[in-house]
Amino acid sequence: MVELADIPNEFIRAELDEFVEREDERTELIGLYARAAPHLLEIAAAIISGRNEDADRLTCEALGSGTGALEVMDDGLIAGMALVGIKFRENFIFVPEVLACARAMKAGMVHIEPILSESGIEPLARVIMGTVKGDLHDIGKNLCIMLMRGAGFEVIDLGVDTSADEFIDAVEEHTASLVGMSALLTTTMPNMGHTIEAFIDADLRDDVKIMVGGAPVTLEFADEMGADAYGDNAVECVEVAKRLAGIAQHRTAR
Amino acid sequence: MSQFLDRIAAGELLISDGATGTYLQMNGLEPGGCPEAFNATRPEVVRGMAAAYFEAGSDMVETNSFGGSRYMLAKYGHGDRVEELNRLAAELAREAAPTGCFVLGSIGPTGEILEEKGGTADSGEMYDVFCEQAGGLAAGGVDAVCVETMSDVTGEMQLAIRAVKDTTQLPVVATLCYDRGPRGLFTMMGDTPVSSAEALTEAGADVVGSNCGIAIGDMIEVIAAMRQATDLPILAHVNAGIPRIEKGEIFYPDTPEFMAEQMQRVVEAGANIIGGCCGTGPDHVRAFISRLRGGTA
Repeated sequence: MVELADIPNEFIRAELDEFVEREDERTELIGLYARAAPHLLEIAAAIISGRNEDADRLTCEALGSGTGALEVMDDGLIAGMALVGIKFRENFIFVPEVLACARAMKAGMVHIEPILSESGIEPLARVIMGTVKGDLHDIGKNLCIMLMRGAGFEVIDLGVDTSADEFIDAVEEHTASLVGMSALLTTTMPNMGHTIEAFIDADLRDDVKIMVGGAPVTLEFADEMGADAYGDNAVECVEVAKRLAGIAQHRTAR
Repeated sequence: MSQFLDRIAAGELLISDGATGTYLQMNGLEPGGCPEAFNATRPEVVRGMAAAYFEAGSDMVETNSFGGSRYMLAKYGHGDRVEELNRLAAELAREAAPTGCFVLGSIGPTGEILEEKGGTADSGEMYDVFCEQAGGLAAGGVDAVCVETMSDVTGEMQLAIRAVKDTTQLPVVATLCYDRGPRGLFTMMGDTPVSSAEALTEAGADVVGSNCGIAIGDMIEVIAAMRQATDLPILAHVNAGIPRIEKGEIFYPDTPEFMAEQMQRVVEAGANIIGGCCGTGPDHVRAFISRLRGGTA
């Protein structure tokens, strides 16, 4: 059994010890960090501290030293964002800090993405995201997208004021398995339901999993709309997407 | 010294209005439509809204200019109409206001995050945007400006307060939006009611407070915490609960009677001005007055 002391990085040990309180998450993260190579934990530490120049440089160095792109991404960048997400969910850090971490993540991903696409490695899942028709508020949706990308999803961002047809066209064009819809205004929330109905009418409802979120959106509302899942915040959005991606992959079995 | 601040200083409890968006939607604003455009296209509705709140007994109403910043209006293609739409918002409310009642010019969030907070907006540009909006509201004759539903106390909110102060002579009401997380009540940017009340006091706000985001039980806690941190007057604009959906319609659960009863506790916690936010209407205002002024209104 691995323990906290087995993590070969002092900063990450301290962060994990201080901020990760749930037993299952502690166990999972200790396992993840303990098996990671020390030079990749340096990348994770740079992500957690929001140091984008370091994330950029360390990622380049790791790739240059022959570590595989997938390993750098999983054990460095995504491993770092995992702790960031938990700190955010638990109110230890807030939007400005998360944005700094996401920027560091992006600085590393710039080097990873071309290698992955060249070697034909598929992302965890392809997700279409946008705010619903009539809703121009995208701060929450953008935060979700950053954390989704930070977790290894490929996200196609349709921006704001997205019609049902735009969601449907994007799903078909990108053969996406997940759709994420966001609304800040209570008045535009019903458009989530209308979009879901449009997927049914287009005979595509069984091909995608649909998740919804946004400040006034609740689980009860999501259920009533016929959504597959609801995320209360950006971290939950990622958890929900992971769960749905598992289900979707299983069902379509391409 | 403004008459608005004088009455609070004299110890009077002032009653504000209820929701704007909720009212406009019931009167022809389509979901996702530009509320501020109504100031030009449907002036009778906007004026009628102010009149309905004054008739219910409100001492003040807010103008229909929440999304009246250049950033927000530009999303509807009205970025070049900031002065016009804000001036009209103020004029329409003013026209409906009885003598001795007040008009507060509403300024809501820009929807942008400042560069120094991890976003893309330039602080100089955001300051200019607030100056422009405040100028329009002042030209239309507001008694004070209410910067509301803000999340970034030390950035966006401070810029707005400074912009209003630099552009007009008007008092500034500054209210923040909190959310309950696992470790308590915070703005999106991480400020607590105590830290934000202190920062707003320092930034030169004349009235501080909170609006939207949470139901009235949490609002009582917010106001009590702010009261510990500042001697300034406090305003609370409270949602009619957390919205849910019934038969495809958005429904706010908190009745006028329930809110009025709880509003007593908001006042006891330290609020000097109370009113409604999303989901409230003239009936809520009537219930507040009946409860808090012993039915004398």
